[in-house]
Amino acid sequence: MLEFPRWRKIWLWGVTLIAMFAALPSVFAVANLQWPEALPDQTVNLGLDLAGGSHLLLEAEPDQVAEQRLENMEEAVRAALRGAEPRIRFGDMSAQNGRLSFILESSGDVDRAREEILPLMNGTGIVTEWTLEVVDETRFVLTQTEEGAENAVTQAMDSATEVVRKRIDALGTREPTIIRQGDTRIVVQVPGLQDPDQLKELLGQTAKLEFKLVDQNALPTEVAAGIAPAGSQIFPYAAGTPFEGQSLAVRRLSGIKGDNLTNAQQSFDPQTNEAVVSITFDQQGGARFANLTRENVNKPFAIILDGEVLSAPNINEPILGGSAQISGSFTTETANQLAISLRSGALPVDLTVVEERTVGPDLGADSIKRGLIAMMIGSVAVIALMVASYGRFGVYATIALVINVLMLLGIMAGLNTTLTLPGIAGFVLTVGAAVDANVLINERIREERKRGRRVITAIENGYKEASRAIYDANITNFIAGVLLFLFGSGPVRGFAVVLIIGLATSVFTALTLTRMWVAGWVRKTRPSDLNI
Amino acid sequence: MRLLKLVPEDTNIKFLRWRVPFYVVSVLLMIASWGLVYTQGLNYGVDFAGGQEVRLTFEDLEEAPIASLREQISGLGYGEPVIQRFGEENQVSIRVRLPEEVEEQAGAATAIGDQVIASIESQYENVRRDGNDTVSGKVAGEFREKAVYALLAAMLAIALYIWIRFEWQFGVGALFALAHDVSLTLGFFALFQLEFSLQIIAAILAIIGYSLNDTIVVYDRIRENLKKYRKMPLPELLDLSVNETLARTVMTSLTLLVALLPLLFYGPDSLFGLVAAITLGLFIGTYSSVYMAAPILIWLGVDSNSFVPEETVADRQEKLARGEM
Repeated sequence: MLEFPRWRKIWLWGVTLIAMFAALPSVFAVANLQWPEALPDQTVNLGLDLAGGSHLLLEAEPDQVAEQRLENMEEAVRAALRGAEPRIRFGDMSAQNGRLSFILESSGDVDRAREEILPLMNGTGIVTEWTLEVVDETRFVLTQTEEGAENAVTQAMDSATEVVRKRIDALGTREPTIIRQGDTRIVVQVPGLQDPDQLKELLGQTAKLEFKLVDQNALPTEVAAGIAPAGSQIFPYAAGTPFEGQSLAVRRLSGIKGDNLTNAQQSFDPQTNEAVVSITFDQQGGARFANLTRENVNKPFAIILDGEVLSAPNINEPILGGSAQISGSFTTETANQLAISLRSGALPVDLTVVEERTVGPDLGADSIKRGLIAMMIGSVAVIALMVASYGRFGVYATIALVINVLMLLGIMAGLNTTLTLPGIAGFVLTVGAAVDANVLINERIREERKRGRRVITAIENGYKEASRAIYDANITNFIAGVLLFLFGSGPVRGFAVVLIIGLATSVFTALTLTRMWVAGWVRKTRPSDLNI
Repeated sequence: MRLLKLVPEDTNIKFLRWRVPFYVVSVLLMIASWGLVYTQGLNYGVDFAGGQEVRLTFEDLEEAPIASLREQISGLGYGEPVIQRFGEENQVSIRVRLPEEVEEQAGAATAIGDQVIASIESQYENVRRDGNDTVSGKVAGEFREKAVYALLAAMLAIALYIWIRFEWQFGVGALFALAHDVSLTLGFFALFQLEFSLQIIAAILAIIGYSLNDTIVVYDRIRENLKKYRKMPLPELLDLSVNETLARTVMTSLTLLVALLPLLFYGPDSLFGLVAAITLGLFIGTYSSVYMAAPILIWLGVDSNSFVPEETVADRQEKLARGEM
């Protein structure tokens, strides 16, 4: 038990020193000292609850993705059938409950229609995304498969995450963390951000921009009652616009989308000096926009953002240059925000903030300071108690405890884990476990001495008998920690991570390191009696 | 140098003499705790109930206008808010529960939260936001569910490991002791209607961890003594084991206590609930290791044969050959 060959000592000290060294940047950071730049400088991440900042959990509604996908399919099918040579005539098209269904006018077109539609049904090609059935000879029914819908959600979330990242980058905030979580969620964490209102607004805006022709034949009374004429849709005016509270009927399939933009900037209308957003289309979008305006001169068209009408100006002349101006009773700030949203692209799906946590930096800093002072007082008391009770062995235990804390910090820094408030509870528990291990050993040595064992035997037995309980207790807690990590949510995980790492370092320092020191001391001085 | 000895040598306290009354009281306390949890309910914080909790500092004022804030926020129509001082005189925490009608709506909590903040900021100048937690009904439900699953999974795994390392009776005993600790902590929170948040879950985990540590130390000594004193009656053996580990129990508990007390009295306010729960658990956990985990072994019928290796066929044959049988 007390044999420590040289290679083993070197190995143990090596592990200890490396782990402790890894903690130094964190210690320097807390003490406000300058850490040499040439050295690796990974520090323990402080959770937002300790360091201050904003945490937002965004959630998408998967049904919305499926609906959007069905709508896209409807448009694609219409275009394909119309574009066929000769044109394939159809009617009674409806898109509901994940299905698109329509009837061909002539049963002779079935094979041609099938040929047109089949290529539209292949998505990534890995899974079957749509199924096609022909019932009653001429009725086509396209149904989304579950895998297809899931795929679509995954893709939508992937690109939503990208869009979120671009928008946050546009705000210029420092080091945001943006992670997909589960199937339909995105976590956004921005350290140091105290007022997340702007961020929330920016992420809450889907920024789906559409230009649609106004249905001038719609009866105002019907529009007001929410009844759309055939082939039209009704949109409300956005809040803050002069027509707020009213609605507008637009032709459903007449318009173009605003997703072919190369740029969007906040600017001012030279005549009215009102804040506007100037947009520039890419080549394709520009051509479509030119067509739309050329064919509809002197008709009004509606600019619709996220299902709300911003304005419905008259097309005075064709707009051929590929750029346009959107006015919608903006303030400079809202215009700027819309510009950012448009530049970063529309979100493929609406995101809702389902959890928000913000901690002001003052509270965070104050928490840390008071926490550290309290911990120091506690540590001094623990050390005093240990040394008073176990003398030399108490000193060993204390050094082991200090090394334990440093190693824990070092490994946490090295693994890039985050220390949160619940993590501190884990910290307290592992330090407790380390103290307890030493108490167990030392009490056992006392006991063995009392039974009249010789010094070396007492120490050997002390370590041997105590280590069984120490291992059992720590392994049980370790298992609990792993399960908590697997099953728990954020804060519980924060606790579990510290616990898992801390128990390992506790056992290592309290059992292995102290034994090495005690062995060295016994070997050197050969004591005949122990003061314990 | 004379060293400090907190517990006199060779104590022989008959801990287990009073095991039946203690057990009855403890089980009654457990039942009472669950009764309280069901009748009073736990005072769920926003993590588990959904809604908003915002911490504000009124920088221009000496004292936060709690009464008028309450009136103002009640006027928004989301029910009576919980408003408490938090830290300094001019700092408050305001908690608004998510109304049941909108629990299902994903964005409701944030919308209400924004409205509460806007309302306060329009009324008072120089209000500093120190913290804001807004949790939707769905996320809160997930937190509740996950916390329960995590706790149950951890406790079962613990019991299983102890069963493997010791005997099934020990596994049951440890599980029972943990159930006792969790129950009493929950009962405490229900009785005093302290805010029950995710942080408290972390505290309960720490309590379980500590109590478990204690239980295993006692169990380990019982296991050792069962092998050593094969003829000793079990109650006596348990008493012996508890007495032998008493010095360690006192020392470890005291050490943890001196580490916790400064955190409790001087630590950050945000840690208070957490540290208070762990401190409470320290006492409950120590008690349960002695009075919950140990006596149950008597009733579950542990005996000294549990830890004697069974004779193998080879052993038997060898004995036979030597003419010992």
